Amino acid sequence: MKKAKKQEEEFNEELLLKPLPDRKVLAHFHFRSSASLSTSNGGHHHLFPKAISQLVQKFRVKEMELSFTQGRWNYESWGGFDPIPSSNAKPPGVELWAVFDVPQHQIDASWQNLTHTLSGLFCASINFLESTTTYSAPEWSFPPASGNLRYGTLPREAVCTENLTPWLKLLPCRDKAGIAVLLDRPSIYRGFYHSQRLHLTSTGSGSEGMVSGIILEQTLTVVLQPNSQRAGMAYASERHIQPSWSLTSIFGKQVSGTCVLAKSSNVYLLLDRGLVAELEHLHKENEKSAENGFTSQNFWTKPSFELSADPDRIFIEENSLHSKGSSVLYKFQVEKYSESEPFDLSLTWKIPVVWLSQQAPLHASRFLMGSGNERGAIAISLKSTQLSEGFMGANADDERCDLQVNVFQVVPWYVKVYFHSLQVFVNQQPKAISDIIEKIHVSPSKDKVSPGVMEMVLKLPCKVNSAALTIEFDKGFLHIDEYPPDANQGFDIPSAIISFPNFHASMIFLKDDSVNKSPLLSKFQEKSPVMSYTEALLVPLTTPDFSMPYNVITITCTVFALYFGSLLNVLRRRVAEEERFLKEKAAKKTGRLSLLLSKLSAKLRGRQWEPPSSPPASSSFINAKLVFKVILVAGLAVGWQYFFS
Amino acid sequence: MADTKEKSESNEKPKPRIRPIVRLGIFLIAHSFLVSVVCCTAGVLALFLLPVLAKNTYISENALMPGSASPMLANQHVLEGNRLVNDLTSSNLKSSETGIESQRIIARYMLDLGAEASIHKFHRQLNHFHPLHFFSSPDSGIIEENYSCSSYGINTVGIIRAPRGDGKEAIVLVTPYNALKSGLGEALSIGIAYSVFSLLSQVTWLAKDIIWLVADSRYGEYAAVSAWLRDYQTPKFSSLSTLDAEMCPDIDNLYDLKVNSITGSKFSSSFKRAGTMAAALVLKVRNKSDQFEDTISIYAEASNGQMPNLDLINVVNYLAVHRQGLHVKVEKLWSLLNSSWLKILGEIFESLGKVAKSLNPKWKFGITATEYVEGTATLASSLYYQALGLPTGPHGAFRDYQIDAITLEILPKFSSDKVRHSDILLRGGRLIEGVIRSVNNLLEKFHQSFFLYLLTSPSKFVSVGVYMIAFALLIAPLPIVAASLYVDASSLGNCSKSDKSTPSASLDTDEHSITIGSWMWLNSAKLVFLVHLWGAIVSLIPYVICQIPDCTPTTSFMIWVLLSMLSFLTLYSVLASPLSCAKASQEKEWALVKSVTISSVFIGLGLMSVINFATAEIGALLMVPMCLLARPLKLDVRAGTLRSFSRMIGNLVLGLIAFPPAAFFLLKGMLDGFGSVNVGAFWIWVESLWAWNSATYLFIGMVHLPCWVLCIHILLHTC
Repeated sequence: MKKAKKQEEEFNEELLLKPLPDRKVLAHFHFRSSASLSTSNGGHHHLFPKAISQLVQKFRVKEMELSFTQGRWNYESWGGFDPIPSSNAKPPGVELWAVFDVPQHQIDASWQNLTHTLSGLFCASINFLESTTTYSAPEWSFPPASGNLRYGTLPREAVCTENLTPWLKLLPCRDKAGIAVLLDRPSIYRGFYHSQRLHLTSTGSGSEGMVSGIILEQTLTVVLQPNSQRAGMAYASERHIQPSWSLTSIFGKQVSGTCVLAKSSNVYLLLDRGLVAELEHLHKENEKSAENGFTSQNFWTKPSFELSADPDRIFIEENSLHSKGSSVLYKFQVEKYSESEPFDLSLTWKIPVVWLSQQAPLHASRFLMGSGNERGAIAISLKSTQLSEGFMGANADDERCDLQVNVFQVVPWYVKVYFHSLQVFVNQQPKAISDIIEKIHVSPSKDKVSPGVMEMVLKLPCKVNSAALTIEFDKGFLHIDEYPPDANQGFDIPSAIISFPNFHASMIFLKDDSVNKSPLLSKFQEKSPVMSYTEALLVPLTTPDFSMPYNVITITCTVFALYFGSLLNVLRRRVAEEERFLKEKAAKKTGRLSLLLSKLSAKLRGRQWEPPSSPPASSSFINAKLVFKVILVAGLAVGWQYFFS
Repeated sequence: MADTKEKSESNEKPKPRIRPIVRLGIFLIAHSFLVSVVCCTAGVLALFLLPVLAKNTYISENALMPGSASPMLANQHVLEGNRLVNDLTSSNLKSSETGIESQRIIARYMLDLGAEASIHKFHRQLNHFHPLHFFSSPDSGIIEENYSCSSYGINTVGIIRAPRGDGKEAIVLVTPYNALKSGLGEALSIGIAYSVFSLLSQVTWLAKDIIWLVADSRYGEYAAVSAWLRDYQTPKFSSLSTLDAEMCPDIDNLYDLKVNSITGSKFSSSFKRAGTMAAALVLKVRNKSDQFEDTISIYAEASNGQMPNLDLINVVNYLAVHRQGLHVKVEKLWSLLNSSWLKILGEIFESLGKVAKSLNPKWKFGITATEYVEGTATLASSLYYQALGLPTGPHGAFRDYQIDAITLEILPKFSSDKVRHSDILLRGGRLIEGVIRSVNNLLEKFHQSFFLYLLTSPSKFVSVGVYMIAFALLIAPLPIVAASLYVDASSLGNCSKSDKSTPSASLDTDEHSITIGSWMWLNSAKLVFLVHLWGAIVSLIPYVICQIPDCTPTTSFMIWVLLSMLSFLTLYSVLASPLSCAKASQEKEWALVKSVTISSVFIGLGLMSVINFATAEIGALLMVPMCLLARPLKLDVRAGTLRSFSRMIGNLVLGLIAFPPAAFFLLKGMLDGFGSVNVGAFWIWVESLWAWNSATYLFIGMVHLPCWVLCIHILLHTC
């Protein structure tokens, strides 16, 4: 019992709001539950979802992350350097990775069971990740690098409310109280980006495989457009000001109190570095012109925008590395609000402001080259984002400054990649692979068994403008029953992961004590490498014509009939006997058909051709009497028809 | 041969039975003349029956659901489109070097919508004859080193990312625009595209990204689109020329746009991409037209007679006719519309249809005479453009990458007031919106409907299963006649020697003659092969002529003719002369030559029908009668009967018509009047054929021309 007391079950709920440069708002929900696992309570918990703890214990999951995403994270305008995009921007569809604490040979079995369990838990087709062709085992390029890692994605999985509901069921208050009340389905799914994530970490004692504690982090990241376009495009003045928004205007709901089970319940408003720098700049200009004399202290309390509620605390980022400025965080405690006085944060801009989000050092995009059904190439192009120069300067002093880039790419087996055809271009010049690639690990695909995996560490010069990697592939053929439904759409190549180990997406805030209490902020302080996902690709493969089974059946039947017919003919026929039979027949001189045939053969031998009265082939078979009869009947029929119509 | 064999064997009583199929073959070969007459007539008749047999189009892919949603394009979008049109037309008046200015305006408008805008610079690529580039994938080709800034074209590209899409697929909207001399029509097409674009930037139903390409058509519409596609599909990572591009001063001006203050969307000079293209629409508005109602004409033919999926045309046709009330038309051969013989034919078919209908009301193959004439004119133009193998618009560039694309040309009712403009913007925009929405609904790529078809009207088509019959009937007599000629030649060759001998003796000589006969055809085959080799050389000669600077088409054509004749003579003197001495002993040699020629033509036509059906069909119409009729003139003169005389005339006429340049001039004269015909026109035509990598060029050079030469050889044969 003492042990259990030492590690109380805990639940925290937090929401982070952040205005984005392109008139949108990012909302990031962060729910964290932690529990100590011990059999003393009989495997029961107060807050922690039992399904998750059972899953962790059964499959000995050390760490796991499952994400459902709809839409694409716009790295260019929503940024790619902060902790939020770096850990919450996910590829479309489902992504799952897990680290197991089991012996090497059991990992695959554990993974397969895990996928089925998750599939049931989240009403999604995660069980398709069971097949060995869909998951891979990255060696070192995937950030939580470890040998026991399995990674799989389903780019085509449609994400909707049926996936959200089981996710919400894991929360102690579901969406009935606390911050989760804001999760109004229509407004969430109206957004431009929607990613729900579930991250599990278990801290095991390891000795007996007993897990001592689990931390479950559930995050939901949505990018929403505040609907302020009621005035239309007509007013030019209004168009320049960023849209003002409030919780009610973007979610249609407000927070009326905390979830009573939550230990802390906070809402944050984050202004990122670019925005703060821009505001400071504007502020200084104002100072110069008006000489009003704001001090830098009250700058943040009287900014160029208005908040409906006073923040409980303001954090300013403590970071000297970024010359751009430091981000500012406003904290609001939901505990102070109640049913009668609901919390409805709103932000109203007073002056127009334009800023840019901070980008990852290189912007990665991936695309297909070539056309046709035979072959093609995958290209990953890395473009320098000029904005990163500032903090690149810090370590640009030494001569050989390198920018390290990790590339992790999984390619399904039917896209047969030729790894020897890898080409590297830096600043539009072809480079030798050994110059650029420091480390490479390739596991070629096996047909119908495993996908191809490529892990690379690139060392690019710091002053790189653009870099490109191309690799050629052949398009494979699938067996007819391996085609998925809607095969004519093409086949997906899952997103590649580009990470920059030299750069850490972290925000460090000075105010120590309260920061550590907040799981979200402590998450921000973690030093995790900057990561970005490339686009998923669609490869058109040759597909058989599924829509014409009739033709296939007809052709197959014809071929079979011809084959068996001739086979039987050969087997059955005896030449000598046939001749004897013929002779007998000739002696008897009976049979109408034989008479006709003999007539025909006589004709073939005799005259060259007859005057073309009717098609030659038919005329010989049918005698005049029959023709006359047929014509008579046909004429009668025609006359009958004509007369009565 | 088989005939004689049979004859000799019939005397022996225990005759082994011949399989019926073999017997049928022998029967057909024996009656080859009748068969060829019947088949050829039936083939031509079937061709003329095609408009009657045309079926109504239907939308095969259920997912398209055209017109199921009411159009969302409202007046507000039209107003914005109009604003852009006004800006573009006024900026034209304002400054002289508008080239960059109008691009800037368009890019700014794109950015205002929150779309990603970028520019794409391209070089003009001169058309060169690459003998080995036929059928090769449309790769980047040869990029020349010394480009000056003046030869740049600038495409403006705007991309709307589907808010909830995964970005794997895209729909392309192309508006060709020549900034240097743009008329109102081009500005209107931009206006339509912009109004659709502004709607699409707000809608929530997008599943595929939308790319709007404003193609700089100062070097031709096709060049701009294909340059963009080339960079989209097969980019070059190591090119020096892009570095040069930055030095050009006027292009740098464009970068001033940089960041749009309102939407935060950025203007970038780098090439922007969006997934696999599902379909492309090229939109044009013709400025001057004499239409009485708003009309849309659809151009669909891409290179080598490739057509986009019929569903795309169906969707456009359905939406234009049933939703927007536009009149839809496809190209017609206008000269055919007034031809009286077609009218008579149409009336015959009409009356036949009436009789059939009176017999059984369920038989509905009757169409009216006017419908028939229109259908035939459309079918003829459909065949003609497919046979040429040249794309009829910028959409052809897309088909090279297996993307379904069509060009829509809006021909507005003649008027000049502003109200009409917004009406065109509204209706055109709603049409484009509907088509994009349909394609957006599509889960798979276009695959349900036909790819091989001929149109007889915007809503009627002839599918491959029907039109192949006409072609098959036309070429069916070729192998039969070839076989019968071969049999005749090898049998008659020895008939003179062993005329009336005993059956047993004839059997011996028969075997002997078979061995000789089987060698005899090799000589003719050698001749045919040499002529085909010559054909290949002739089709390679333009590569040399292209290198000569400053050549007018007429002189080039003359050089070509001279060089080909020279090569023919050389080839003849070097290789064919030993043949001629062997020929002297063979009086029936011409029959063997004809037989081999016919087989080679059969093979050539069969191959061509797979590559480009229309070319094969037209080629068969010209070549099959010529091949079948060819017979030494001397023999006919010697015979002196009316029949042989008429055959001689027919031979001469066919020999004249089937000569490729002659056929071209005749066709050109029939279509445009004989006044415009000059010798250089053929060279220009041929140049366009190879510039577009048209297989028709190869067909003419390596099948048609050798066949013609061989037929002339047979006509002039000394026997």
